[in-house]
Amino acid sequence: MAYFLGLVLALAAFWLGMSGHNTPLILSLGGISLIVTCILAYRLDIIDREGSPYVRLVGFLLYFPWLAKEIVKANISVIRACVKADLDIAPALVKVKTICKSDLAKVTFANSITLTPGTVTVEIEGDKLLVHGLYEQDSQPEAFVEMDQRSARAIDGKGAAA
Amino acid sequence: MAEFLADLHGYWEMIRFPLGALLCLGGSILCVIGTVGVLRFPDIYTRLHAASITDTSGAALVLFGMMLLSPGWLVISKLFAICVFIFLTSPTASHALANAAHTAGVQPIIGRVGTSEAEGEDA
Repeated sequence: MAYFLGLVLALAAFWLGMSGHNTPLILSLGGISLIVTCILAYRLDIIDREGSPYVRLVGFLLYFPWLAKEIVKANISVIRACVKADLDIAPALVKVKTICKSDLAKVTFANSITLTPGTVTVEIEGDKLLVHGLYEQDSQPEAFVEMDQRSARAIDGKGAAA
Repeated sequence: MAEFLADLHGYWEMIRFPLGALLCLGGSILCVIGTVGVLRFPDIYTRLHAASITDTSGAALVLFGMMLLSPGWLVISKLFAICVFIFLTSPTASHALANAAHTAGVQPIIGRVGTSEAEGEDA
């Protein structure tokens, strides 16, 4: 039920933000499209933890500022590598073990790695991620431990990060 | 107090457009830097790193600049939605590219890459 409510709220907010019309006709059309979307989602059986992950929104909102800071830091080093007169990079492939349990948390962790410039998740197998890094010294498995713990806490809840 | 707030609003209206324009300019410069990186780096994996500058900081700065320049909340909400979707989809696309290259058996260049090798790569 919480997933359903979250889906309805998110769809309604999205529709209002996109349209901006307040006449009864347009609003009722929006309501109809919302109902149709919900029926389709129900028939597809995707109103679950992954289809409507808004329950974890607070955890994710707490996680995002930290991620943004990491993105800015990583951006600066990659920008320096791009514009430096001498090309000076040391690419490396490393295997990173994750403590994330659910698929959603793994996706969050892998996407966080890819979102920070200088590191790209190449492959996920079970709880191991293959990560390609632009600098060997910055992409050792220890460098991802904090991100791993934070994304696990944000998505899987408090107990998972222990 | 109300007067001060009105003043603040006036100042905000005054600096809003230069600030937004500056952010847009900065974002565009970062996009160009990302493109330069894509052209300079040796193989597909390292090029993806350069492209992610364009995806993250370049796009975010341009979108924030446009939010400052925008006339109303409606445009801001649309730009915010664009921002959210870019931040959700761009790493997915990068991962799909990297995974496709890995699955196809493209071997990444490992270890220190100097200038001389890169020039050989360009030529």
